[in-house]
Amino acid sequence: MDDSGIGIWGVPLAIFSGAIRVSTPFIFVSLGETITERSGRINLGLEGTLVFGAMTAYAVAVMTGSPALGVLAAMAAGAVFGTIHGWICKWPKVNDIAIGIAMMQFGLGLAFFLGKSFIQPVAPKLPSIPLGGWASSPQVQAALNINVLFFIGAALAVFLWWAFKNTRVGLILRVVGDSTDAARAMGIHPDRIRLLATAVGGALAAIGGAYLSLYYPGSWNEGISSGQGLMAVALVIFARWNPIGCFLAALLFGGAGALGPALQSVGVTQGYYLFYAAPYVLTLAILIATSSPTRSLAGAPGALSLTK
Amino acid sequence: MTVQANDQGLSLPASSLASLRPVLEWLARRAEPVVISLGAVIAGLALFSLFILAIGKSPVTLFQLMYTGGFGSWFSVQNSLSRAAPLLLTALCVALPARLGLVIIGGEGAVVLGGVAAAAAAMPFVGSVPPLLLFIVMATAAMLVGAVWIGFAGFLRHYRGVNETISSLLLAYIAIALMNQFVEGVLRDPASLNKPSTKPLPAQYMMGDIPGMDVHWGLVIGVLACILSWVLIEITSYGFAARIAGGNVRAAQIQGLPVGRLIVGFTGLAGSFAGLAGMIEVAAVQGAANGSLAAGYGYTGILVAFLARHNPLAIIPVAILLGGIEASGGLIQRRMGLPDATVLVLQGTLFIVILFCETFYGRFRIFNPDLWKRS
Repeated sequence: MDDSGIGIWGVPLAIFSGAIRVSTPFIFVSLGETITERSGRINLGLEGTLVFGAMTAYAVAVMTGSPALGVLAAMAAGAVFGTIHGWICKWPKVNDIAIGIAMMQFGLGLAFFLGKSFIQPVAPKLPSIPLGGWASSPQVQAALNINVLFFIGAALAVFLWWAFKNTRVGLILRVVGDSTDAARAMGIHPDRIRLLATAVGGALAAIGGAYLSLYYPGSWNEGISSGQGLMAVALVIFARWNPIGCFLAALLFGGAGALGPALQSVGVTQGYYLFYAAPYVLTLAILIATSSPTRSLAGAPGALSLTK
Repeated sequence: MTVQANDQGLSLPASSLASLRPVLEWLARRAEPVVISLGAVIAGLALFSLFILAIGKSPVTLFQLMYTGGFGSWFSVQNSLSRAAPLLLTALCVALPARLGLVIIGGEGAVVLGGVAAAAAAMPFVGSVPPLLLFIVMATAAMLVGAVWIGFAGFLRHYRGVNETISSLLLAYIAIALMNQFVEGVLRDPASLNKPSTKPLPAQYMMGDIPGMDVHWGLVIGVLACILSWVLIEITSYGFAARIAGGNVRAAQIQGLPVGRLIVGFTGLAGSFAGLAGMIEVAAVQGAANGSLAAGYGYTGILVAFLARHNPLAIIPVAILLGGIEASGGLIQRRMGLPDATVLVLQGTLFIVILFCETFYGRFRIFNPDLWKRS
């Protein structure tokens, strides 16, 4: 009768499409943080990097008309943020967690400062691939309209999983992360590797930000991030520093984040705001369930300050 | 001959130096944090000036406006002090756990829920009890909720090994969602249309101003809380035990110190101060709990605490300084056409430089009397 309404089935469909749409920033930020943490550093400032990346991508896309250039500019900005973090943390007595908090505040402030004039203009969006041409229902078509960055993120997760195990760079990264002394004995400069790893992590986190401002929700404003950069840090712990695990966990978080809007769309308004808290509650529950006071986490890089 | 004369000439100041030596040693040790912190602030301001120059504005004008807007007149001083009041309490929320080696950054959550708890607790009593009693009820509710919220992060840290930085921040996001749920749901005043709020407190139940000033009593409460915290940390045996645990958890455990209870107790106390900040926002500023509670006091408090090196007494001047910088934000926006985020950029720059300057501790011989040449 009503061919556009699919009733209660709209909820799982909305969660599925939401999982894919919402998870993409999580994928990039958590892969970036995995690289950084595998080298034995933790960068809590990725929230600031993400928002600054969102602003940079949007501003460059507005000025040049090319969303791809926007993403590249965001990556460059993210790498600069990572380099600053990595450089400061190489000095003795400097706490990498505290520097992360400071970089987060700095990144947010700078993004709001420079992005003030870009709230009004409209930027071109990133392209997406319509995979739902076979379906008759417009909801299904919309759900299968998947952004390019999602596929790049998925491929990157598999590549990193392979590269950590099978490449020279991956081995060096893991040695530095597990034992600073062993790395020094091998003639590797731990601080240099960590600086590079933090810079790459920052660049990836900024792609996540670019996705937010150039695709979904697809605008730049000061409330663009709802803490994705921070939740990604917890997500990496949950995924046990495994890139494939990060990808799957990001999908789970995306689904949790899509729960509130999905239920609202079918008329459930009770406890609307509580569903917005679902990703945070899920993160916390996972952290509580997987942590232990007596042993360090399986798979944790030995030199990481987070799990000590 | 000249050599002898020189010897004679030198011996007198040398002996007086020797008698001054304990004073100098004390001064040197005390001077290290002051000199390094001041140096960091100056370096941070210099970096920020470069940034302002790079976008084509005058840093001199900016700093002049900052002074005028923050401390230039009695009016602006009062404005700065009002803004400093919540920062005193939220900075304690970071500083107290930091003495135990914990980095808690979710004070915002305790502020928000403290405000909601205070507003909810006030509802049945408005009109039937004297204002002072109402304030006590509100403060108790806010402090309890704040203590549970941040204490939970401490509990998870000790008994489950969950990183307290991440858990406290997640709890802050959850707290803001809970506040929205309450304020737009069961606690909503039907009369608040555009901005969902709880029922506003009648005027006679608002916490007034300090006599002779346009600053509410929250400032006095905040200063008292800082002094009490200083006494707790520096003078009582609990504070001593906490500092040992903060220096070396294993050593504290071997000494038989109740590390778990210390962590939960200190994080709980820290959270109750942040909750109190929320209650003061409701009782002295907003008159009701609403979205304005999440104004970022918890996050600025992190900067205040790190700048004060987690010393509760140092928090007082630092909070007033940062309150002044925030107070001048509007003036900078109007006179120089800079966005309101200018203050955020300055705060972020200062924060990074100050943390970086931690690396200079112990590097200068002049601050370490043990390395002075024996005279």
